[in-house]
Amino acid sequence: MIPDDLPLWLSLLVGICVLAGAFLTLVGSIGLARLSSFYERIHAPTLGSSLGTGFILLGSVLYFSVTGQRLSVHEVLIFIFVSVTTPVTLMLLARAALYRDREEGAGEVPPSRFGRDDG
Amino acid sequence: MSAAILFWTLAAAQVMLALAMIATIYRVIKGPRAQDRIVSLDALYLNAMLLLVVFGIRYGTAVYFEVALIISLLGFVGTVALAKFLMRGEVIE
Amino acid sequence: MKRVLPYPLLFAGLLLMWLLLQQSFGLGHILLGAVIAFGATHAMAALQPERPTIGRPDKIIRLIVLVLADIIRSNLAVARIILAGGRGEHKSGFILLPLELRDKSGLAVLSCIVTATPGSAWLEYDPVGSTVLVHVLDLIDEQEWIDTIKHRYEALLLEIFQ
Repeated sequence: MIPDDLPLWLSLLVGICVLAGAFLTLVGSIGLARLSSFYERIHAPTLGSSLGTGFILLGSVLYFSVTGQRLSVHEVLIFIFVSVTTPVTLMLLARAALYRDREEGAGEVPPSRFGRDDG
Repeated sequence: MSAAILFWTLAAAQVMLALAMIATIYRVIKGPRAQDRIVSLDALYLNAMLLLVVFGIRYGTAVYFEVALIISLLGFVGTVALAKFLMRGEVIE
Repeated sequence: MKRVLPYPLLFAGLLLMWLLLQQSFGLGHILLGAVIAFGATHAMAALQPERPTIGRPDKIIRLIVLVLADIIRSNLAVARIILAGGRGEHKSGFILLPLELRDKSGLAVLSCIVTATPGSAWLEYDPVGSTVLVHVLDLIDEQEWIDTIKHRYEALLLEIFQ
């Protein structure tokens, strides 16, 4: 539970961080729902996975460091993990989507360049 | 006073994250193709993970952070497996 | 020594992380953590990763600062595009980018940077022609994007991974 004798600056700082992170994540998810093609939508989740996660975890680190309830190892680990894995999953999915689109001959996708060396 | 400020900002953040989850679920349902659904699932577990972190701040326990860590680990493995499945190229959806 | 403990730094790091996660330094936790770290270092050795050669470690901090600044800026830019309506005004498209960077670790770092910054996504690298296909959400000037990625990141990464 939140202690009553919390300093005002801390609650404001943590609140702003968490709100900013949640807002960016929300915007990213709205983008996911609103943007019109797959390759545009792939940009939307990075909003939540970069600054959204960063702000929320920063708020959490600040809160637990100042109140001294626990050591914030988990936040650091989660941040490292999310920032490394999200690009990897997005790249894999993008390549899968390219492969599938080429297979079906869908328009607007550039052709594969493998096996050509004309630069 | 300051506890009340933090309580309400955290509540507002939780509402935003819940709305974000609804937006991703909309895209999971609507598709139109498998890769769209998987990108949205990826975003969905990320949002759920963040929601748990905010819960963790609110209740001040480490358990939520352990859950968040496990969600981010397993979610990554799941998404990679699904992406690999798409790469193998099943033709009929 | 190399046979028993292939990656001593990784072993120490994993053990420390385990103890910090448990928030206790009891004998049981140290033993369990050591066993897990031992197994993980041997799993790592079985994968036989290439050791990256880092020529200029001092430039890494500059790279991190640059990436952080770019992530903040592009977050705001993409948020504005999404809130402005999602369709219509912006124009997205593919760019074919020629690269001079050949080092595998350097390419991995570059691909993560490009994808992690909102607004640009690394799609496909072609090792034969040494080009990469990038998708950009807000494509106003193709040449400007090519210059940005090549001058800001590739030049720095070429210096770091000699």
